[in-house]
Amino acid sequence: MARKNATPEKLPTPMKYRFSKYKKTLVLLTMAAPTAIWLLLLRYLPMGGIVLAFKDYKINPRNPSFISNLLSSKWVGLNNFKFLFMTDDAKIMFRNTLLYNIVFIILGIIIPVAFAIMLNEVTKKFVAKTYQTLMFFPYFLSWVVVSYFLNAFIDGQYGMITAMQQAAGGPVTNFYTTMGPWPYIIVFANLWKNVGYSTMLYLSAITGIDSSQYEAAAIDGASKWQQIVYVTIPHLRTMICILFIMNVGKIFNADFGLFYSVPMNSGALFPVTQVIDTYVYRALMVTGNISMSSAAGLLQNVLGFVCIVTANGIVKKIDADSSMF
Amino acid sequence: MADNTKKKSLRLNSVSTGTEIVIHIILGLFCLCCIIPFIFVIIISFSSEASIRQIGYSFVPVEWSVEAFQYAFQKLPQIWRSYFNSIFITVIGTVLSTLMCALYSYVLYRPDFKFRGFFNFFSFFTMIFGGGLVPTYIICSQVLGLNENYAALIVPLLVNPFNIIVMRTFFQSSVPLELIEAATIDGSGEYNTLFRVVAPIAKPGVATIALLNALVFWNDWYLSLLYIKRNKVLQPLQALLMELQNNVEYLNRMAGQMGAAAINEAAKMPSQSLRMVLVVLIVVPIACAYPFFQQYIVSGLSVGSVKG
Repeated sequence: MARKNATPEKLPTPMKYRFSKYKKTLVLLTMAAPTAIWLLLLRYLPMGGIVLAFKDYKINPRNPSFISNLLSSKWVGLNNFKFLFMTDDAKIMFRNTLLYNIVFIILGIIIPVAFAIMLNEVTKKFVAKTYQTLMFFPYFLSWVVVSYFLNAFIDGQYGMITAMQQAAGGPVTNFYTTMGPWPYIIVFANLWKNVGYSTMLYLSAITGIDSSQYEAAAIDGASKWQQIVYVTIPHLRTMICILFIMNVGKIFNADFGLFYSVPMNSGALFPVTQVIDTYVYRALMVTGNISMSSAAGLLQNVLGFVCIVTANGIVKKIDADSSMF
Repeated sequence: MADNTKKKSLRLNSVSTGTEIVIHIILGLFCLCCIIPFIFVIIISFSSEASIRQIGYSFVPVEWSVEAFQYAFQKLPQIWRSYFNSIFITVIGTVLSTLMCALYSYVLYRPDFKFRGFFNFFSFFTMIFGGGLVPTYIICSQVLGLNENYAALIVPLLVNPFNIIVMRTFFQSSVPLELIEAATIDGSGEYNTLFRVVAPIAKPGVATIALLNALVFWNDWYLSLLYIKRNKVLQPLQALLMELQNNVEYLNRMAGQMGAAAINEAAKMPSQSLRMVLVVLIVVPIACAYPFFQQYIVSGLSVGSVKG
């Protein structure tokens, strides 16, 4: 702002200068336009579609366009939500979304922090670099690819584990119809893909710590363990808090690919793999239940909004600079 | 003796050998875990179908063969087409999304822009609230015409508000405002300033965003799950792979074979290794380029984590 006053604004403004100021704003507006129009059409316009959750969406036979369907559909108040919660689906998907996310958040902090501290202790730079490269690799793959990686091991016919079970003469597990192992597989797959990314984040924070602090601690006789507890962890504390709260803010959102593609869309596994995001997709695309699907989606968005705003408020209290807004 | 003390002081603040071994075991095992599935899939793609039928997927197949690769490229033109689709979508999508992101974040970075606060909020708000899948899907497919065409695979992924924040932070930390003032005084237009003055300085930031965008487009299959239902020749590789999850015969149907010919052809198709050939085709470009772009992504991460 101070800089603005330094420009020759205080001088009597000649016509030409005032014109150039408008022109500048106009040119900058054209720069913002493509993204702004995109946001308007693909983000703000659909927000109006929230009304779908309160309507009994029926296709208008006389004029089956979206707008006319929307206008001719009856208002049903909160009935869609009522019906949603009368089914078992709601219970299952909210339970799964919340439980999986809680496990992801807890393990997603402990393991990467531990890995980052360990990586920092690896003395040979080349080895440390190799570990980082290998660990970060899965982050760049899509869930479909991951599902095939997994499939190579657990395929019902040719999978390696299946083949081993056959060779041992034991009973063969068909993984895509057995619910038991899936909570573990889902958690493992999520960690496998994302631990590298978080480890990198924490590692860059650790390498930013002034090494003289460790030297001072070592001279005072602190063991390695004490250095970690009294120097490293306190330095990471803010970052851990922030990431923790951010993730709590997203607790109602699940990674669609992980829950849809990794179990290969297997219906037998829905009780342990159905989350809000997959339900919304299936209700829309497979069963065509638009009202129910929008009700679940709206509920997710509103709860998510409340969570993020609350989480941000808490972050602001801890460390004002780290808050999102 | 002197040598010995030097060695000791160097090791003063490092962990004991025992601990170091434990560290190497833990990290080494996890890293193996990260890379072994990829190696396994490569091995499967080079196994003969007979070997797979006999002993299943194995690290040591009975017989090696390139039949699946040959079959994929000779008998299934859709694989070429899908490969082309993936590359086409990635190139166009990356260029457009990076350009749009750079333009928008540049405007947000200019403190003398009148509507800066408004546009900042305009993009940020979409990060915390949205209409959800159903209205978005209906608007895109029925109102905006993003349906059964390439645009449907590109347009919905063009803007990511998070990237805008990262890019803006990058401008703020690397481009001094004086430079823009100087350029303006020298008579440089706004677009000229952005592309000739600002962009070269912010190159690492632009590269990071471009790489992240390229990955998003290369890895996407969700959009074709939503918007490509009939015109399946437009499917990128990832979507093709998705389709094959529950439907191995899909490849054959796609090749346009019917009736007896199809059954005949299906018997000859090395369907198991073929699926893994597709996986290899998708992952190899990433694996080859990855060591080079890794450092950009890491630097981008640290910029992004410093909130602007």
